Amino acid sequence: MSASATNGNAPPAAPAAAIETFALTRSFGETLAVDHLSLGVPHGEIFGLLGPNGAGKSTTIKMLTTLLEPTSGTARVAGFDIVAAPAEVRRRIGYVPQMLSADGALTGVENLALSAKLYGMARAERKERIREALEFMGLTDAAKRLVKTYSGGMIRRLEVAQAMLHRPAVLFLDEPTIGLDPVARRTVWDRLRELKVRYGITVLITTHDMDEAEELCDELAIMHQGKIGVIGEPAELRASLGPEATLDDVFAHYSGGAIHEGGNYGDIQRTRNVASRLG
Amino acid sequence: MATSSAHATLPAGSGEGSRIFSVFAESAAIAEVEMKKLLRDPTELFTRAVQPTLWLVVFGQVFSRVRGIPTGNVSYLAFMTPGILAQSVLFAAIFYGIAVIWERDLGIIHKLLVSPAHRVSFVLGKAISSGFRGAIQCMIIYILALALRIQIKWEVLPVIGVFAGVALGSAIFATFSLIIACVVKSRERFMGIGQVLTMPLFFASNAIYPLALMPKWLRVVALVNPLTYLVDALRGMMIAGGQNVHSLGADFALLAGIFVVLAAIAAKLYPTLVR
Repeated sequence: MSASATNGNAPPAAPAAAIETFALTRSFGETLAVDHLSLGVPHGEIFGLLGPNGAGKSTTIKMLTTLLEPTSGTARVAGFDIVAAPAEVRRRIGYVPQMLSADGALTGVENLALSAKLYGMARAERKERIREALEFMGLTDAAKRLVKTYSGGMIRRLEVAQAMLHRPAVLFLDEPTIGLDPVARRTVWDRLRELKVRYGITVLITTHDMDEAEELCDELAIMHQGKIGVIGEPAELRASLGPEATLDDVFAHYSGGAIHEGGNYGDIQRTRNVASRLG
Repeated sequence: MATSSAHATLPAGSGEGSRIFSVFAESAAIAEVEMKKLLRDPTELFTRAVQPTLWLVVFGQVFSRVRGIPTGNVSYLAFMTPGILAQSVLFAAIFYGIAVIWERDLGIIHKLLVSPAHRVSFVLGKAISSGFRGAIQCMIIYILALALRIQIKWEVLPVIGVFAGVALGSAIFATFSLIIACVVKSRERFMGIGQVLTMPLFFASNAIYPLALMPKWLRVVALVNPLTYLVDALRGMMIAGGQNVHSLGADFALLAGIFVVLAAIAAKLYPTLVR
């Protein structure tokens, strides 16, 4: 189960990982947001990317989802190169941004129908997939209501439904349970696990939430200043620091204790905005 | 669970024909959503009717008595009606980009851009929906014109032409607005630029006075202003006895050309919204 750092010359005969990055790098002016990142995520795993604000998690996700081109290096997602074949990658991934991406002025079904059309699904298939996704996410009864009347948890579930509609091979979620109450949070976790089991979808999430990392993720990578500090299963990581160690300790150890101080004005504002909209 | 076989249902997207078809289907999907939202909350359409009403009822009525502006064989009120129609379309469409900044701040744009849809479809979808808004504006102005007893050219083809011109003009200014949104990326800066642009575009055009009255430098500005060609086309088709300076074909060809160029630029810039 353990992911290993991979180099670009890996033999093609081995079953390729769902996500592989090769010295993936992105800088903004002088700042190196992601610094020669090389990691692999096996198929069918829930992989957690942890790190303080500004560690490069969001930039990494933006590159893996083709929203942002790398400055150098590249990655393969679902078998295709993000730089050479971004359109092929897009067909095979789903993405739930941290912010509120469902349209409140539309109903649940309308949101889903828009996604289905943008993925080029034919009418009959569209209907069936929408029905299935609504049922899977427990939103069938709310399907015809405007999304602005949904609770935070329902909105998140709808966003996951939108992202899974076309049966992606890899699903990316940026802080999927931020601002949700404990019950809603558990429901989202439960659905993500079920996506993995039922459809074999590989899931990559970013999170700040150590409970989420511990309970949901098969494997974790802790990022700090654009680099991976450590990769491993949650239990493995804890054990490496001692019998009493918690994930918080692991996090602090590999990210320079930055968890309580991280975040610039923009990050904080965005996080609070999301929290207030969902709450 | 095989991950590759699950995608067999997605179209390969190869071939020029299927590409045009999917751009069309995607644009229609975006436009459909926009129109649904508009019809669900049409207050905007009514508030947008206030300004042209004031221009025609107050400004137009007063300036009709001046008789200092040469308007050929039509009354000043009739002369300015197509100008006010074009202006109301411009003012509505030029702020269209602010919705895109809003969607960007929410994360909707991120979600859309991760889909395999063609980037140009997002631009065309917005342009179509702006064209639809323009057409509603147009209906309102026709009703106003009727109430003010302005001599309208009630013939099928010219009326269709007016609606087509208004839709095209509205698409042009909305796409221009989208480009500004992609460049400035913040609501505050966008509002500033929008305010700065509207009045010059309006006054440096033939909307409420003929180009012949302008000093030479202003005429040059007016001749590179798309609004001038929109007003010119509308004036010929909307008003009984109205004359266009350029030929209708030239006006429409120019507007269509401007739209194609703007749409191409906007499609290139659209993905930069999320960077």
